Amino acid sequence: MTKQPRRLVAEALAKCPTGIRGLDQITDGGLPRNRSTLVCGGPGAGKTLMGIEFLARGARDFREPGVFVSFEERPDDLAKNAFSLGFDLGRLTRGKRLVVEHIALDRTQLVEAGEYDLEGLFIRLGAAIDSVGAKRVVLDTIETLFGALTNQGILRAELNRLFSWLKDKGVTTLITAERGHGVLTRHGQEEYVSDCVMVLDQRVIDQIATRRLRIVKYRGSTHGTNEYPFLIDRSGFQVMPITAITLDYVSPRQFVSSGVAKLDEMLGGKGFYRASTILASGTAGTGKTSLAAHFVDAACRRGERCLYFAFEESPAQIVRNMRSIGIDLERWVKRGLLTFHAIRPTSVGMETHVSLKLKYVEEARPRIVVLDPISSYAAAGTLQDAHAMLVRLIDLFKARGITTMFTSLTSGEENTEQAGAGVSSLIDAWILLRNLEQAGERTRSLYVLKARGMRHSNQIREFLLTDRGADLQDVYVGPDGVLVGSARAAQEMRDRVAAAASRRDVEQKNRHLERKQKAFKARIAELEAAYAAEVLDIEQAIAQEKVRQESGLAGRTALASNRQRIARGRPTRAVGSKA
Amino acid sequence: MTRKKAARKKTAGRKAAVPRARRSRTAAAVDYDLVLFVSGASERSRVALANIKAIANEHLSGRYRLSVVDLYQQPERAREHEIIAVPTLVKRLPQPLRRLIGDLSDEDRVMVGLDIVPKSRNGRG
Repeated sequence: MTKQPRRLVAEALAKCPTGIRGLDQITDGGLPRNRSTLVCGGPGAGKTLMGIEFLARGARDFREPGVFVSFEERPDDLAKNAFSLGFDLGRLTRGKRLVVEHIALDRTQLVEAGEYDLEGLFIRLGAAIDSVGAKRVVLDTIETLFGALTNQGILRAELNRLFSWLKDKGVTTLITAERGHGVLTRHGQEEYVSDCVMVLDQRVIDQIATRRLRIVKYRGSTHGTNEYPFLIDRSGFQVMPITAITLDYVSPRQFVSSGVAKLDEMLGGKGFYRASTILASGTAGTGKTSLAAHFVDAACRRGERCLYFAFEESPAQIVRNMRSIGIDLERWVKRGLLTFHAIRPTSVGMETHVSLKLKYVEEARPRIVVLDPISSYAAAGTLQDAHAMLVRLIDLFKARGITTMFTSLTSGEENTEQAGAGVSSLIDAWILLRNLEQAGERTRSLYVLKARGMRHSNQIREFLLTDRGADLQDVYVGPDGVLVGSARAAQEMRDRVAAAASRRDVEQKNRHLERKQKAFKARIAELEAAYAAEVLDIEQAIAQEKVRQESGLAGRTALASNRQRIARGRPTRAVGSKA
Repeated sequence: MTRKKAARKKTAGRKAAVPRARRSRTAAAVDYDLVLFVSGASERSRVALANIKAIANEHLSGRYRLSVVDLYQQPERAREHEIIAVPTLVKRLPQPLRRLIGDLSDEDRVMVGLDIVPKSRNGRG
């Protein structure tokens, strides 16, 4: 008794993985374990197939044997249907991992005469469960009981008993039910199954059918609440978890080259961010596909897998056309690095497009995806649908770290900045390709309209498609405005001539200068020589003067002493006279 | 309705013309082969058995065989005989096969289900 609360908590969290791609993601792990799930939908919505796949995957991938109780289809029909999804029921049955219990209710054989219960059904189901140790049960569909038995009171009481009995048996149950008008199910089966209810739907809009799945309720569990498109194909059911609720993708700091070196330069030197979304938009013939082909070619050279969705051209045509600009895409196809998928946008619904793309992406696991061009979606459906689809695709690709390039065709009159089915705000890098008309010719030009998170060039470049690939040229910006094409070439020629002329002029002036320098140098040497000579003369004169001065001094000294002697001579005589 | 039943009775009589003589000799030959499927000794099972015995004794005395299968004892028989509801009385003979579900307390329905024409009406017809 004291243990009970803990047990309840553990039960509330237990999930039974279906193994159906995508479904476990939106149910946060699968169906409620040991409880019942109701799957309702109109005819052909895929209820039975979902049940088959739930059991087949359980038996095959999760080692949980199952019992399929079929009230309608015969076992051999079921096996055929399952085979079309890639599941071999016969093998599972022989391997004691699956039991198909066919319950035939022939209305014409039945007569109700008094009170009864459905113990026979319990006994058969119990025997089937015990024979393989089943953990999963599918009842497809208990509605047949409502059609065959008229005593609704008994039936409802017995169904209540059945579901609590199944819970006690420890099996996870999936029941199917036909959808009623304005209600989930015709006979209100949802009242017995209160844990999880899913609705499958097939809608036809504009002659295009799309399958969708929605979880109406899931007691005690978080779940996605949107309508999720799903696919039924050769590998079974696939539900698309369309939009991640949060925007928490990792944003790698690595770069991927655009394949055009000069475009990389314009984008800060390294190219686009990895896992970013790139849009190349432009009018017809501006080189969108060529740009995409360069991008793909560069990725393949790095050994990265690429997926190319072509909506208007066949792969063979793209390969041929790209060869004319020197890009050999065929070798990448042969090496398995590049996969083309050509789909007409009008062929299936938008949701199915998302589903298909996701499926191909899951199969090929590419690093690069190209969608060429997304504008054809706007033509195929409403702009709103196209927008919703692209938002989902962008989400899906980003979440997988895939770098995506969209191309988009804009008509001449249309405002180029509205291109891309209104997804511009979701685009990380936007390359705009334009035709410039000038001097009687059209010239391709390219500029980076935006590149989130990187310093990019804001200049228009001329986009050249040569037989050796695409190249970018700086455009001529002069007094007459922007010049491109042959006007640019002519202007450049004039500039070259002018440059040559001025070069000659400079050379001449240089030579003149040189001569002048030489002349001045000569004169300087001459003057220096004269100066030196003069200096010598002056020095000699100074030296002579010095000599003269010295000798003059000596003479004066001698004279002076003579005079002294003379003067002293007289007193000498006087002295002599005295003596 | 009456015409249909009469026709059926005629065919049954014609078909059984030769075998009936043989059956009467072996004491195993019957017109009605009935199997009652029950689940253990439940009240409903008991009531159903009592009801069919009473009806059969009244209308089919000597012409029927009734066997009882307890599905708790032989669960595999449920699949074999395609039983869902319990109790179920399966009329294997005469053709067509019929399943009467319930405790058989609704005598009129049981009679219709077993294609028994009431004796009183039989006398009149």
